[in-house]
Amino acid sequence: MNSAQMVLLVATVLFTLGLVGVLTRKNVIFMLISVEIMLNAAGMAFVAAGSKWQQPDGQVMFLFILAMAAAEVSVGLALVLQIYHQHKTMDVDRLKELRD
Amino acid sequence: MILVWMISILLIGGVACWLVAQRDPLACKWTALVAVVAAFLLPVVWYLRHTPVVDGNAWLIDYQVNWIPAFGIGFHLAMDGLSFVMILLTGLLGILAVLCSWREIREKTGFYFFNLLWTLAGIGGVFVAMDLFLFYFFWEVMLVPMYFLIAIWGDFNRRNAAYKFFIFTQTGGLLMLLSILALYFIHGQQNNGNYTFDYFALLNTTLGNNATARWIMLGFLIAFVIKLPMVPLHSWLPDAHSEAPTAGSLILAGLLLKTGAYGIIRFVLPLFPDASAGIAGWAMLLGVVGIIYGALLAYAQTDLKRLVAYTSVSHMGFVLLGVFSFNQMALQGVVMQLLTHGVSTGALFALAGMLKERLHTRDINQMGGLWTAMPHMGALAMVFVMASLGLPMLGNFIAEFLILLGAFEVNPVLSVIASLGLVLSALYSLRIMQKVFFGQIQTITDPPADVSAREWIIMASLTIAIVFLGLFPQPVFNLVSGVVEQVVRL
Amino acid sequence: MQQLLTYIPTLPLIGFIVLSLFGRKLSKPVIAAIGAGTVCIAAIISIVLGIAFLQTPPSGGAWQQLLWSWFKVGTLTVDISLRVDALTLVFIFIITFVGALIHIYSTFFMWRDADYARFFACMNLFVCSMLLLVMADNLLLLYLGWEGVGLCSYLLIGFWYDVPSNCRAANKAFLITRIGDTALLIGLFLLFKELGSLNMTTILQQAPGHFAAGSSTITLITILLLAGGMGKSAQLPLQTWLPDAMAGPSPVSALIHAATMVTAGVYLIARMNGLFLMSPVTMAIVAIVGAITLFVAGCSALAQTDIKRILAYSTISQIGYMFLALGVGAWSAAVFHFFTHAFFKALLFLAAGVVIEALHHEHNIFMMGGLRKRMPAVYITFLAGAAALSALPLVSAGFYSKDAILWYSWSAAGGSPVLWFMALAGAFITALYSTRLMLVVFWGEMKTPIHEQPNRGMIIPLLILAFFSVTAGFIEWPHNMFQVTLFADHVQRVLPETLMKQNEPSEALLQGIAALVTLAGIYLGYVLYYGKSGVRWQQSPGLSATRNFLFSGWKFDQLYSFVFVKPYLFLTRINKGDVIDRLYSAIAQGSMRMNTWLSVSQNGSLRMYIVGVLAGILFIITLQLFL
Repeated sequence: MNSAQMVLLVATVLFTLGLVGVLTRKNVIFMLISVEIMLNAAGMAFVAAGSKWQQPDGQVMFLFILAMAAAEVSVGLALVLQIYHQHKTMDVDRLKELRD
Repeated sequence: MILVWMISILLIGGVACWLVAQRDPLACKWTALVAVVAAFLLPVVWYLRHTPVVDGNAWLIDYQVNWIPAFGIGFHLAMDGLSFVMILLTGLLGILAVLCSWREIREKTGFYFFNLLWTLAGIGGVFVAMDLFLFYFFWEVMLVPMYFLIAIWGDFNRRNAAYKFFIFTQTGGLLMLLSILALYFIHGQQNNGNYTFDYFALLNTTLGNNATARWIMLGFLIAFVIKLPMVPLHSWLPDAHSEAPTAGSLILAGLLLKTGAYGIIRFVLPLFPDASAGIAGWAMLLGVVGIIYGALLAYAQTDLKRLVAYTSVSHMGFVLLGVFSFNQMALQGVVMQLLTHGVSTGALFALAGMLKERLHTRDINQMGGLWTAMPHMGALAMVFVMASLGLPMLGNFIAEFLILLGAFEVNPVLSVIASLGLVLSALYSLRIMQKVFFGQIQTITDPPADVSAREWIIMASLTIAIVFLGLFPQPVFNLVSGVVEQVVRL
Repeated sequence: MQQLLTYIPTLPLIGFIVLSLFGRKLSKPVIAAIGAGTVCIAAIISIVLGIAFLQTPPSGGAWQQLLWSWFKVGTLTVDISLRVDALTLVFIFIITFVGALIHIYSTFFMWRDADYARFFACMNLFVCSMLLLVMADNLLLLYLGWEGVGLCSYLLIGFWYDVPSNCRAANKAFLITRIGDTALLIGLFLLFKELGSLNMTTILQQAPGHFAAGSSTITLITILLLAGGMGKSAQLPLQTWLPDAMAGPSPVSALIHAATMVTAGVYLIARMNGLFLMSPVTMAIVAIVGAITLFVAGCSALAQTDIKRILAYSTISQIGYMFLALGVGAWSAAVFHFFTHAFFKALLFLAAGVVIEALHHEHNIFMMGGLRKRMPAVYITFLAGAAALSALPLVSAGFYSKDAILWYSWSAAGGSPVLWFMALAGAFITALYSTRLMLVVFWGEMKTPIHEQPNRGMIIPLLILAFFSVTAGFIEWPHNMFQVTLFADHVQRVLPETLMKQNEPSEALLQGIAALVTLAGIYLGYVLYYGKSGVRWQQSPGLSATRNFLFSGWKFDQLYSFVFVKPYLFLTRINKGDVIDRLYSAIAQGSMRMNTWLSVSQNGSLRMYIVGVLAGILFIITLQLFL
């Protein structure tokens, strides 16, 4: 098993962790964190791939993901704050207003 | 240019109504009235001043500017005898629709008149647009405000009726759009990339009677017969007519249905002569089915407006029968039927509206003996009930006579069955009189007031129109003879 | 002279327009003056016209006056154009003259009615339409008048609209005649298709060249025209509306349902004689319809108790005679019977109106009685009418016209002994029920007190009509008595002469039999109904089944109700909601159902959505891997 495969394995584990976190957590903040973990896993895979093919694209993509994650977190946290203000809860199972 | 003015006065007048209403609702009504009168006086005055000689295929007015030349879309308005006749009807009924709404509409007056005027503008546009894209545009302009008229100012069950109206008509409209586009591309390919929506250019497209032509023709035809309406696509009509406000019913029955028939005469027959001849037998059959079926249903109704709505289904069956007879007399009869049905059914809806205003019900079982309290209204109702059952002296008779006579030469059996519709029409028409005006008076409260001055204006103009059409129909026949001869020659 | 034609229908029309627009604002004398005045002037004009016609007949036998071109479409040209020839003149005379008398009578009869103006407006419109019907020079204008009289009949039967049964009667009259009218209209279509014209002169000229005599087309056309006539003239099987039509005021029954409108069918057939002559089958049908109708209706008249219904059935029966005459080709005899019938039947109805009014709206003849002494003027006029109806030999107008029909029904080319026998049986029944009517109403003891004596203005028209009921027959004598055939000479300018068979029994023999039968009928009536025996006879239980059967008009109403009305009502009732609409509603409901099912997945839980997304990704990857 070479290093690229190792890194991909780690990325997969990270991604699964994030995914399980999103699926199981009730708290919106933890879900956001889990999403971040998944994004980082994807970024790691990009970097590994970039180093494998000796191309700069992987790192460019990682930078892009970083920027996007930052933006996402800032918007997401603002939404979370608003949700907390309006509903006084962070539990996604009780936030079902979109259902209808 | 006069046609552009006519349509823009209506469109601008509609917006003006909306703006004025926020200050003063009464001023808004006057604005609407002035706008409608002005818009429709224009073509009349123009006609009187020019008194063009109508013969053959004369186009009275032809106005054309480029609109979106990249796609071959032009702003092309033109008027011939048929259009002029339909514009006259639109004008008459438009003015009456505004008068009908004078007291009935109490809330959101501005928006109401905005919608009313825009619908009228759309209808006017449909009758003069000679560019298929522009035609489709006007087709939608008349649809959407009508939807609002029903959905906002309608009766108890208005939402449902408005949805039904919109979905049915829109389905047809989309099919028509597809057909327009198909025609556009076929014509473009035949003429070395000269893509255009212009009616006169498209007339030269050679289609023949193959499957493509038939499908394109069906797209147009379905859009038009939904509007007409033809059984079994009629089911939006009773709901929309009975729930709409009085002016809405008036415009629906008097004008919107006519756009369907107009479309068939103007577009389906000239564009697809062979394909439409291919389905003529079926169309005539469905027309006859409509005559009988509508009459049977009309007899069963207890809701006055619904009853009148089903009579429209029955009367429009005559139109379908006549159009697809491809016979000069039948086609002249069809044009006459469009006019007289607009007038007579419009009058019946106006009467139903007046009754509802007084009695707060449309149920004919709760009426009765109203002649004692309202002899004038009873007499007026008698005139239009008789018109609807096709009494000679009134216009409807000439229309139905010519249609049946024309159809008889083509298909005697269907024509004879359609004649049975005359007996059935007597059944439902007399039922109106018997249930509403004859018998013992039922209301225990104060007897309702007889016809007011404003209502006299409405009913008197309609009465004069129907009697005039019945005794002196020749001017109309002269006006449309060019169009009719052209269609028959196809 | 020709210019005068226009005024005849226009004057009543003006009366109608003025009365219908301003009727409520005018005082009763003014209304009466307009309503009756216009018709009286029209009557004077038509008499002037008639005299001029007899003195100097116009070239071509007819005056023609074009008013305006109605419409011209393709090959069809229809004018509003009046044409008066000898046949039309007879009809115009009856319509305006009898009409004027009835209008004068009505000004008194309807005096206390609140809707005075409406009554006269409708009556004037009727006179106008009826005049258009007979003066039309093309079939479409005739149809206009034809429907116009139907409308007026409808309006006037339902004149007292607050009684539901009156409205039902009016509807029934309109609908049943409408069935006939539609048949007539289809006949017009067929005629136009074959001949390309609706002008009557043109049709009559071209028909012999175009159709083969007795061909199926001409038979079909004439049968359709006949159906129209049967509807309007209340002939079997479309006769059921006329007895119910008696719901209208008595002058209406006199004018519309006795003298004029119901004879429109006779006019149509007489006018289209050229077509009918080409189809022996139709001629036979006309004669048979007439013979059966006169017998059936006569029997029904025997069992009625309502004075106006008796007269109504007798009208049907008498029109049956006219049809019989037309069917055997005795054209002038038919029109002559129309001529005399108009006088005596109008008289009978008007007199009945006076009686009914005087007895507090009592219609049942067995509640009347003993009026001979109390209302002598009415008695004498009624007697003259009843004598004419039962065709009392020599002294009544009815004798001369009916005798001619009886004679022709045997000896004309289309006649046969069977038809003659039917007509003879009808004559017997007619005499019987006329006698019954006279005896029960005017003899015996008084059962209802007289509420008021009739106005003199109502008596004068009765006297005039009674005069004509006695004398109108003298202008046409049977061939074997005097050679006076003024009427036949007049109408045979238009109508063809009657073809006769060879070697028939002598006219005198048949006349003698007919006179004897009539007298026998009168005698039987006298035996059965004189004094108290009438009531006893009427109530005898042994005959109740027959009596009920005849009373209900041979159960035609029940039959039609069962065969047509009930299925129609059932059909409309079950489909009130519109089956096709249900189909669309089903589509809408189906979509709603789908919506409820699918919206289960839209539960708002974020994690469920993510599971969904994941499942989707896995599904796509699996697809990619395995395909």
